Amino acid sequence: MAVMTVREAINRTLHDEMERDPNIFVLGEDVAGGAGTEGGQEAIGGIWGTTEGLIGKFGPKRVIDTPISESAIIGAAAGAALAGKRPVAELMFADFIGVCADQLINQIAKFRYMFGGNTSCPVVVRLIYGAGMNAAAQHSQAFYNLLTAVPGLKVALPTTPADAKGLLTEALRGDDPVMFFEHKALYSRKGEVPDGDHRVPFGHARMVREGGDVTIVALGRMVSFAEKAVDGLAAEGIGCDVIDPRTTSPLDEEAILDSVEQTGRLVVVDESPPRCSMAADIVAIVTEKAFSCLKAPPRMVTAPHTPIPFSRELERAWLPSPERIAKAVQETLRWG
Amino acid sequence: MQLSRENLLAAYRRMATIRQFEERLHEEIKTGEIPGFTHLYCGQEAAAVGVCSHLDDADMIVSTHRGHGHCIAKGCDVIAMMKEIYGKRDGLCKGRGGSMHIADISIGMLGANGIVGAGAPQAVGAAIASSQDGPDERGRLKVAIAFSGDGACNQGTTFEAMNMAVVLQVPAIFVFENNHYSEHTGYRYAVGTGGDIASRAEAFGMKVWRADGCDFFATQAAMAELLDHVRSGGGPAAIELDTERFYGHFEGDPQRYRGPGEIDRIRATRDAIAIFRDRALPAGLVTAGELDAIDVEVSALIDQAVVEARSAPKSQPEDVLEDVYAEY
Repeated sequence: MAVMTVREAINRTLHDEMERDPNIFVLGEDVAGGAGTEGGQEAIGGIWGTTEGLIGKFGPKRVIDTPISESAIIGAAAGAALAGKRPVAELMFADFIGVCADQLINQIAKFRYMFGGNTSCPVVVRLIYGAGMNAAAQHSQAFYNLLTAVPGLKVALPTTPADAKGLLTEALRGDDPVMFFEHKALYSRKGEVPDGDHRVPFGHARMVREGGDVTIVALGRMVSFAEKAVDGLAAEGIGCDVIDPRTTSPLDEEAILDSVEQTGRLVVVDESPPRCSMAADIVAIVTEKAFSCLKAPPRMVTAPHTPIPFSRELERAWLPSPERIAKAVQETLRWG
Repeated sequence: MQLSRENLLAAYRRMATIRQFEERLHEEIKTGEIPGFTHLYCGQEAAAVGVCSHLDDADMIVSTHRGHGHCIAKGCDVIAMMKEIYGKRDGLCKGRGGSMHIADISIGMLGANGIVGAGAPQAVGAAIASSQDGPDERGRLKVAIAFSGDGACNQGTTFEAMNMAVVLQVPAIFVFENNHYSEHTGYRYAVGTGGDIASRAEAFGMKVWRADGCDFFATQAAMAELLDHVRSGGGPAAIELDTERFYGHFEGDPQRYRGPGEIDRIRATRDAIAIFRDRALPAGLVTAGELDAIDVEVSALIDQAVVEARSAPKSQPEDVLEDVYAEY
């Protein structure tokens, strides 16, 4: 076990996997950084630091700085995958799926099915997402719900360094396209990471806390918010199960339903607006499949149905908070 | 490249196969047995075959919604294609793709595509793969070709792809088939360079060629030069092929945008099969009898394809769930 940040875990996994498999290559805007400048290549190492050192080791044929052309980046990844490679494309901000949606939802997601299973399209798209850095409405969104809705794509959102390594390794060794969501506010989070080969299978949730009174399902950065809320509630004698699904497609329904069958109470915490969100989806699944176990109406703690505001005060008000999570938990306990 | 007798007969066979495949579909669609939208390639045979006659299975193409010709030219199994278009479970894509989504990765046919303009970036990606693999034992790079029409040439994806190919200097080739109509809109209106597509590729920094896309020999000769340039590491290139669309945008299109007598005129003067015969026969390399014999063989093949497609087993409802993921 080594202690490292999420950023380091992703960076080291890319190094290790590119070393292992010569078919893996990365492409995106500034993944090396500095192409065509006086400062020279590797001036940047990726604006998030996650691709640092790759070009020095693997060279510009496998670490490709692209023009700002998201459709061509994702389209090229699709074509390279059909040609037998394993591209890792970076979307510097997940919001940019608005620019390249066709290649994600009509191309990569569909090839295997449309072509009768005669091919796979093992593209990993790394999407940097999330609010908390005052990046405003076009650089902060948590769009995993949009891509979870598309059959053919898998969606992962690691919240710990260990899961970042385990899920990325799994993504790079599987044959399906994976949308790998990295929360920009989690990059500096530290934790222990298993040495050697560490894979986390998709569709297996992580039980973060076990408490038994209320089930909290939290997504992405909201896991740590839920943990804070649960610490406060423990002082009041309230125990919560906290579940981090880790992947939203496939989704570990069983882990969620098992917990709700014990607690009868559900709170889902999601850093996106409520309509057609993962929160709404999980509430619908539980309501349909575990209705008889419910002792209280399920609650969603989400952002409001607005774009993400810029200023510190407004963004803080926009995001779900540990206080709102605690309040929702308490409210579910008022029912019978 | 000097064309041998075998080259000529093979090219004619592919062109005749495309023509008869499409003419037959035009008739069979009227029976109502074939579901969905179908876009016929008739009139453009010399373009697909002139381009693909130089390729082998390691070279890759990305096709369009009007893709039957590209599939046949690249070597897809004609009977399996017909079954696919009929939506049968043993079609080339198990009846899940249909006319607009035929692919056979094993021979470098990376897929027809229902989204106009989606293919060009994919060809750049395939060319990146080729560039990573490096030259083969003959010192040649595999090429990746994006077929695009005068409609797709106006999509931003095509611009992005051309720029990226030039920036990365990968062996991508942009083949622009100008059949003069993007759906139902004329190219002189929609292509803002006065209808000149190749000049755009040139502006992106590529070497470009122009050829008569109804003339196999002209297309083939231009492609030979172009491929020498790209395969030897000269970077991406483009070619604009002036060609004709004998049928509508889709089957059922009433084509009210056509000029008086236009279809008769292009059929009389711009028929790729007739032009091939007019040029090949006087040269004495092949005989009319040989070409006629190919027509008869192709006709039998298309008959067989339709008979087999009609009687092939239908897809079963449980097949819906297969092949979404490798593992889920």
